[in-house]
Amino acid sequence: MARLIRLDRTGHTTLAEWTAEDEIARARASTEFERELERGMIASATRADGTAEVVRELPLDAELVIMRRPIAGG
Amino acid sequence: MTPVDRPTMAGGARLNAETLAGGLGEAARLPWRERTTPRTLRRDGRLWTAWTSWVVVLFAAPGVALIWIEPLTAPAAALCFAHAWAVPFLQARRAARSVVAIGTSAPVAPRSCDSTAGAERIALGLLGDLVAHQERELLAATGLAVEGGRLGVWVIGEQGALLVRPGGRRVDSWCVRVGDHDDLPGADRVAHLLLALREDESGFAKVANLGFSGAVWRVRGRLDQRSRPALDAARERARSSF
Repeated sequence: MARLIRLDRTGHTTLAEWTAEDEIARARASTEFERELERGMIASATRADGTAEVVRELPLDAELVIMRRPIAGG
Repeated sequence: MTPVDRPTMAGGARLNAETLAGGLGEAARLPWRERTTPRTLRRDGRLWTAWTSWVVVLFAAPGVALIWIEPLTAPAAALCFAHAWAVPFLQARRAARSVVAIGTSAPVAPRSCDSTAGAERIALGLLGDLVAHQERELLAATGLAVEGGRLGVWVIGEQGALLVRPGGRRVDSWCVRVGDHDDLPGADRVAHLLLALREDESGFAKVANLGFSGAVWRVRGRLDQRSRPALDAARERARSSF
């Protein structure tokens, strides 16, 4: 089952879970995803090779999509 | 399947680092800065070495001159030598302190101890899932995440990162943090930086502020004992992997 999570003060919050077959869950996940983007969060999908990728649309085949806040120079 | 081939909810192509005009979104907002490459790192490293050498000469030369002119001015000369030693020392110490290990920064926003500890535990669990087995053990021991990249091997803390260059002799210190981080557990701050680094290493270094570049031993000596194994592991990997 794929997961959409947000890094926040609780450690992280699971926003949505979906499978390829469950259209309702996919739609719900997509709505949550869009809402987080509108809040200024950045979506990061981890690839199989360990690198990550910034995504602007919910990748339905990803196992884990993490919403994070922007970074800045210290 | 390539990233562009993957299905998305809207059926459109997803944007990857390259299509985000400069890679990392945060980096794209800094058009006046150049992207960090091995060439810019070498150039900045040479500038740092020249600057440090200049500082040492600037303070040590008057001391030498004073003693040569009048040996009785040795106490004043000693002050000059102290300055020549202290400035590079302070630079290296600042570099070491910019990488804050998980659990050593100031407490986050006021909450109960239980909720803070619980959030930190959850965040640490996720961060542990993001790193490989060997790095996970190192993370637990040192509170720092070690991540290999194209520019070198990174040691990531809550508010900064060290980059051990290929060969393992030089280290760069970068000040970088989550923009709005006050309420985040320490492990989540590290996870933010780790994800951004994986998304676009060159852009990550572009966003971060370079605070030091010099020999690894200079920074290692100023790191706390708990953090040193992370730098040692990064140096070992930088020696063997490049």
